[in-house]
This record gives sequence, C-alpha cells and structure tokens, in this order.
Amino acid sequence: MTRRPDTLKETPSQTAGPYVHIGCTPNFLGNTGIYPEDLGARMVNDRTRGERITITGTVWDGTGTALRDALVEIWQADADGLYPSPEETRGAADPDFAGFGRSGCDWETGAFTFATVKPGRVPYPDGRLQAPHVTVWIAARGINTGLHTRMYFADEADANAEDPVLARIEHRNRVPSLLAQPEGNGVYRFDIRLQGDHETVFFDM
Amino acid sequence: MTKGGFIQRDRAWHPPAYAPGYKTSVTRAPGRPLISMPTTLSEETGPVFGRDMLGPRDNDLILNFARDGEAAIGERIIVHGRVTDEHGRGVPNALIEVWQANAGGRYRHRKDGYLAPLDPNFGGCGRMVTDAEGRYEFRTVKPGPYPWPNGVNDWRPSHIHFSLFGSGFAQRLISQMYFEGDPLIWQCPIVRTIPSDAAVERLIAAQDMTATIPMDALAYRFDIVLRGRRQTLFETRKEGL
Ligand SMILES: [Fe+3]
Repeated sequence: MTRRPDTLKETPSQTAGPYVHIGCTPNFLGNTGIYPEDLGARMVNDRTRGERITITGTVWDGTGTALRDALVEIWQADADGLYPSPEETRGAADPDFAGFGRSGCDWETGAFTFATVKPGRVPYPDGRLQAPHVTVWIAARGINTGLHTRMYFADEADANAEDPVLARIEHRNRVPSLLAQPEGNGVYRFDIRLQGDHETVFFDM
Repeated sequence: MTKGGFIQRDRAWHPPAYAPGYKTSVTRAPGRPLISMPTTLSEETGPVFGRDMLGPRDNDLILNFARDGEAAIGERIIVHGRVTDEHGRGVPNALIEVWQANAGGRYRHRKDGYLAPLDPNFGGCGRMVTDAEGRYEFRTVKPGPYPWPNGVNDWRPSHIHFSLFGSGFAQRLISQMYFEGDPLIWQCPIVRTIPSDAAVERLIAAQDMTATIPMDALAYRFDIVLRGRRQTLFETRKEGL
C-alpha cells in the first residue's frame, strides 16, 4: 500500500452483485413506479446532431458463457467531439445529446444495446487527436472493481492507426479486442471478453 | 494551479479481480494486466445529474415504494455522510444510487429466491445528489443479512450497495456499506476480497447518535472518498487544452 502525503485513500470498491438492477435500472427489472425512467436509457432525441448508430454486444466470461447480470455504461463525446459535461472547456456540446448511456443485459441472451451517435474526435492531453471512441464501464457480480475499457470503430482504420491510447498496447494482436465491427444499418457489434485468448483490453487510468 | 488528470488508483488497496474465496470472480477476472494510460478528456469529464431529475421521495426508501398511508417494515434508519475527493474536498453534485434487501434480507429482484418474504411496501432503491459541501442523506430500513450460494454456509452481513458518479467518469465507483458491530462482516467472502482490514473498516458505517431522530430513527454515518485530480503548477499540456 503506497502512502501519499496529505491525501485520503479512496473508498474501496466492492462488487455490484447480482441485484445491481434494483438500484441502477429498476424499470428494466420491472420495479416500476419509483423513478419515471431509468438513468441513461435515452441518449438521443429527434434533434440530436450526427450519425445515428446502435452499439450492441455481449459480455462473456472465461468459460464462454454470456453474462446476463452485468451493467454496462458508456460515456462519449457528441458528433463534434465535445462532452456534455461542466468539465468540458472547449465549447458547448449538443444540448440534445446525453453522452451517458446505461444498459442492463438481456435476461436470456445477455445482449446490451445503446442507441447513440458516432462520436467526434477528442484531443489527447498533448493535443494529438484520438480516434473516435466510446468509454465503456462494466460492473457485475464477480467483478470486484468496475472495468474500464474503450470501444473504437473498425471502419476508422486511419484514425485508429494514430490513436495515442491504442498505441500504448504493446501486444498488437490485442488491439482488435477494442474494435467494434460494423454490421450495416449503423449497427456496431462490441463483444467484451473478460478472459481467454481474445480477452478485451481493460485500462488502468 | 491547473487541474490535472486523475491520481492513479491504488490497485493494492482495492480488491483484486481474481479473488478465489469469492467464486464468481474466478471466471470473470481479467487474466492479463490492465493497460496503463493517463486520463484524457474522455475520463476527466463525466455526466452530471441535476437535482431537477429527483423526485421528492427518491431518498426515502421507507415511503418511495409504499402504498399511500403505509410504510416499509423494519428498523428505521437515516444514513448520511459526506463525499470528498482524496484531497478532502467535498464533491458537490455527485449522484449516489443505493439499493438493498428488505428488513428480512430479501431483494425485490427476479433472481432472488430466498425464502424470506417480500415487503409489499419496500422497493429497495433510492438516489440523491450531494450538496455544495458533498453531503448526502437518505432514509430507509436496516437491511437483513441473507445467505448466498458460494460456500455451503456463507451469509452476507447487512449491507447497502452504493453507486457513485463524481465529476469525471474515471471516478465511477460501486461499493457496499456495512453496519458497525455486525459479526458477519469479517466472515464474508465478498468483504474479504479487500486485502487490508484498514480498507474494510472504511466501509463500516458508525452509529451516529447525533443524527438520530428521537422516537423515530437511528442514524449511521458513512463517508465516501472518490479519486482526486492532480494539482500542479506545471502541466505538460499544450496551451489552450
Ligand atoms: Fe447485496
């Protein structure tokens, strides 16, 4: 345990457990009447600018079984690369875009889904542009600390080739684990593998 | 001083992904090292959820699922505390979501088949946003302990699940609050995924007689620390970023 002068230790993480939906997606669970709608259920409306896309996928455990009790969250820039956040200082993001999405997994198939727009490019701290990407966070029973990863777009080869975060991945055969595959009609498939030969790259940032 | 990126998480303080005493972690733990990266705008920004989103009973679990004139059954408690960052500064406008079992240890969830009965007046979820100093409070009933399939006789101590958003998505945290004096805490395989007793202690809320409501509710205090940002005079970022 390292000690830093004059700092407190972060509250330790604990698993979200199997019942995370009660607190985070009660309407999806069927516990209606408490909140009018689940947080992160709607990222776009009729006026949102940009290219409409659907992100869908499955979280797989080390035995190849789909997680059906996971909570998947995404956070992304709008079509112009601006974040709808007070911490965004470069300009005002699209007021009709939420940036944040949250999805439970289908009780049978384990599929998660987000209706959103394709994000614009966002600078890295040194000013270089990152490739279009979506920040992804996964919490579930058996996951002791929520997992951070990123989804990139397989059809953005040029931007991906110069992305400073992808460049940090020493084992280049792991990069495809972060590339969502276009399936037509704006659908991108992003499967998350917690273990195994094709394990998704997870980040410590 | 400029605001820097987030201070790196101390992974030795948090539970490791692979913790075989908690069996489900074995097939869900990444097997390869996490790839380190500095936080970027994508992690330093985050969604903000305003108070206007909240209903008047969102932080009152005793009433927010109850029929008119009725209330959840159990020991009535107030849970309150402060959310700060690692520098001790209050985190305002942090969204806290909580969920829990009822007083008998039963969850209102399709997957929970524990024989303890559901309370028709208890939903088990609540939410709130911290004030300008990072303070929060909610009212609920004390959740019961419950058995769970892991070892042949494992029981969860009474606990409330907490989910937090700070100002940046890198601060995203889910944890659990336990209750002072509960002997089940130290026997629980999920608690024991945390390496140090000092870290476990941070999840144990103390009974707080100063915040009780006489003839009504006991109180527990639970303070939460989210990741802080580096504070530096010298940032290597280019001008204008
Ligand atoms: Fe629980």
